[in-house]
Amino acid sequence: MRGFIVAEIKNYTMNFGPQHPAAHGVLRLVLEMDGEVVRRADPHIGLLHRATEKLAENRTYLQTIPYMDRLDYVSMMMNEHAYVMAIEKFLDIKVPIRAQYIRVMFDEITRILNHLLWLGAHALDVGAMTVFLYAFREREDLFDCYEAVSGARMHAAYYRPGGVYRDLPETMPKYEKTKNRSLKEVEKLNQNRQGSLLDFIEDFTNRFPVYVDEYETLLTDNRIWKQRTVGIGVVEPNRAIALGMTGPMLRGSGIAWDLRKKQPYEVYDQLDFDIPVGKEGDCYDRYLVRIEEMRESNKIIKQCIRWLRENPGAVISKDNKVAPPKREDMKEDMEAMIHHFKLFTEGFHLPEGEAYAAVEHPKGEFGIYIVSDGANKPYRLKIRAPGFAHLASLNEMTQGHMLSDLVAIIGTQDIVFGEIDR
Amino acid sequence: MSDLTKNLLSKLKKSFGKKIIRSKYHLGEITIVIDPTNLHDILKSLRDQKEFHFKQLIDLCSIDYIDYPAEQVDQRRFAVVYHLLSIANNQRLRVKSFIKDNDFPTIQTVIDLWPNADWYEREAFDLFGVMFIDHPDLRRILTDYGFIGHPFRKDFPMIGNVEMRYDPSQKRVIYEPVSIDQRNNVPRVIRDEGIHRG
Repeated sequence: MRGFIVAEIKNYTMNFGPQHPAAHGVLRLVLEMDGEVVRRADPHIGLLHRATEKLAENRTYLQTIPYMDRLDYVSMMMNEHAYVMAIEKFLDIKVPIRAQYIRVMFDEITRILNHLLWLGAHALDVGAMTVFLYAFREREDLFDCYEAVSGARMHAAYYRPGGVYRDLPETMPKYEKTKNRSLKEVEKLNQNRQGSLLDFIEDFTNRFPVYVDEYETLLTDNRIWKQRTVGIGVVEPNRAIALGMTGPMLRGSGIAWDLRKKQPYEVYDQLDFDIPVGKEGDCYDRYLVRIEEMRESNKIIKQCIRWLRENPGAVISKDNKVAPPKREDMKEDMEAMIHHFKLFTEGFHLPEGEAYAAVEHPKGEFGIYIVSDGANKPYRLKIRAPGFAHLASLNEMTQGHMLSDLVAIIGTQDIVFGEIDR
Repeated sequence: MSDLTKNLLSKLKKSFGKKIIRSKYHLGEITIVIDPTNLHDILKSLRDQKEFHFKQLIDLCSIDYIDYPAEQVDQRRFAVVYHLLSIANNQRLRVKSFIKDNDFPTIQTVIDLWPNADWYEREAFDLFGVMFIDHPDLRRILTDYGFIGHPFRKDFPMIGNVEMRYDPSQKRVIYEPVSIDQRNNVPRVIRDEGIHRG
C-alpha cells in the first residue's frame, strides 16, 4: 500500500427493519457496521407488544386460551398446551388418555407446521425461493387438519383444561366446484379427503418423508446453501447453556436436551422417537437438526394414529367444575345447566399457589408461570418465550460476521415476534 | 415428593440454612424465598456448586404483590422470581426475592452469572420499574420509545393512560389521554371454599 493514502473509515450505524423482508415481522436492528462487518447488533423489540400477560390478569382462565394462540402464531397449539398444562397442574385433573394422544399428535403436527415455515423463510432469506413454495404446499394440508378439528386454520383454541375441545371428526371438509375449478380438479383434490381426519393425516404422513427428501435435495448438498450456513453463527455448548438457549438452538450445539425425553409430559414416554443432535453448533447443523426433527415428528404422528384408531373414548375430563358438560345433558339435567352457566360466566378458580409448566415447543422451552391467589383470574401470568432468549444472543452471535450472515443467523434463530414481544 | 426433589430441598437447607426465609414444596416444584442482600451469593453457589449446577437461567420475572399481601415478606411490594434449570441434574428451582424499597425498588443484577439475564432484567425494569444495580444497559425494551410509567404494575390501568393518533393539522402522530373506559365483564372473585373444591 506504499504511496497510497488510506482513508480512515469510521464505523457507521445502520437501521435494519422493521419493514425489511428478512426481519421476520417487526424486528428493528440498529447495526454498528465496520464496512460490511457487523460490530454490534442492537435489536429493538416490542413493536408487537400486546401485554398478553396483563390482559390475562383481567380475564378468566378460559378466556385467556385464544390469547395463547396469538403468541407464537406459527405454532399455535403448542402455546395452548403449556397453558392448559399449568392449569391442570394446579387442579390435579386427570386428562383422558385419548386426549393426551390427540394432544401429542397435534403437537407434532404443529412442530412440522412451524419447521416448514422456518425452513421456507430461512431458505428465502438466504436466496432459495423454491423451498418456500414447497413448504407452503405442505402447510396447506396441515392447516386443513387444524380446520377439521377446531374450525380455525390457525388460532384453534382447541386444547382445554382437562382435555381437548372435541373428538377427531369422522369426515374431512372437501373442496367444492367453483367457477375456476372444474369437477375433475375437485375430485382430484378431494381424493385423500374421503375418509376421516385420521385417514387424511395418515395419508399425509405417508407422503411427507418424500417431501422432506425434496427439501433436502434442494438444500443439504447445495453449494450456495452450505457457503451461507456452514461455520456461521457458531455457538459453543457451554455458551449456549449460559445464554439460555433451548430447543434446536441448544441441540444444534451438541447438547442432548429435550423436555419430551428428559421431563416427559402427556404420553411422550410411551412413544418411540429419537432426538437429533448437532455437532458444530453452526447454522447448518441447526438446519440438519430441524430437518431430522420433522422426520421424527412424522414418526410420532404415525404412532399416535395407530393408537387413536384402536382406542376410542372420552377426550375431556368428566369433572364439570373445569370442563363443560355435554350439550345434550344440559337440556335434561339442571345440574349440568348450572355447571355450564357457572363455567362460562364466573369461570373456575385455581387454588392459591404458583406453578410453572413447560413444553418442548418447536423453538425451545415454552413455559407458563401462573401465580394464583385463589381467584377466577390469574394474579400474575408470565410467559417464558424461547425466542426472547435467542434474540437476546443475536448480538453475540453476529459479531464479526458479514451483514449477509446476519440474515442467515436471524433465519436460524427461528424468530417469531408474537412470542418475543408477547 | 420424589426422592430427587426431596434431596434438593434438604441440600438447599443444609447449604444455606437460615438464609432461606421460606421454602415450599408445592405441585412438584420447589420455591425458596431469600433476602436480596444474600441473593447474589446464593445464586452464584447455586450455579457453581456441583450438587446444584443450575447452569441455565430459564426465566426471570417480577411480580407486583400489592394486592396479595398474604404472600408478601415484611410488606414488600415487588418480588423478582428466578426460574433455574440444571441440565446436568435434570432439576428445576424457583428462587424468589422480595425487594425492600416499595417506592424505588433496587436489586443486584445477575447478568454476570447468566448473560441472558440482560434482556430479562430490562423487561422487568420496563414493565415493573425494578432497578437492577450494575446492569450495564438498563433501557426499556418492550414499551414504546418515550413511554411513561411501568405498565405491569397493578396500579397501572389496563387500558393505559395515553392513546395516539395521527393529527392531520400538525402532520404528526400525537398522544392524548385515553378516551375509552375500562370494561370488566367478569368480576374477580375469590371464594373461600373455592368453586373447584365446593
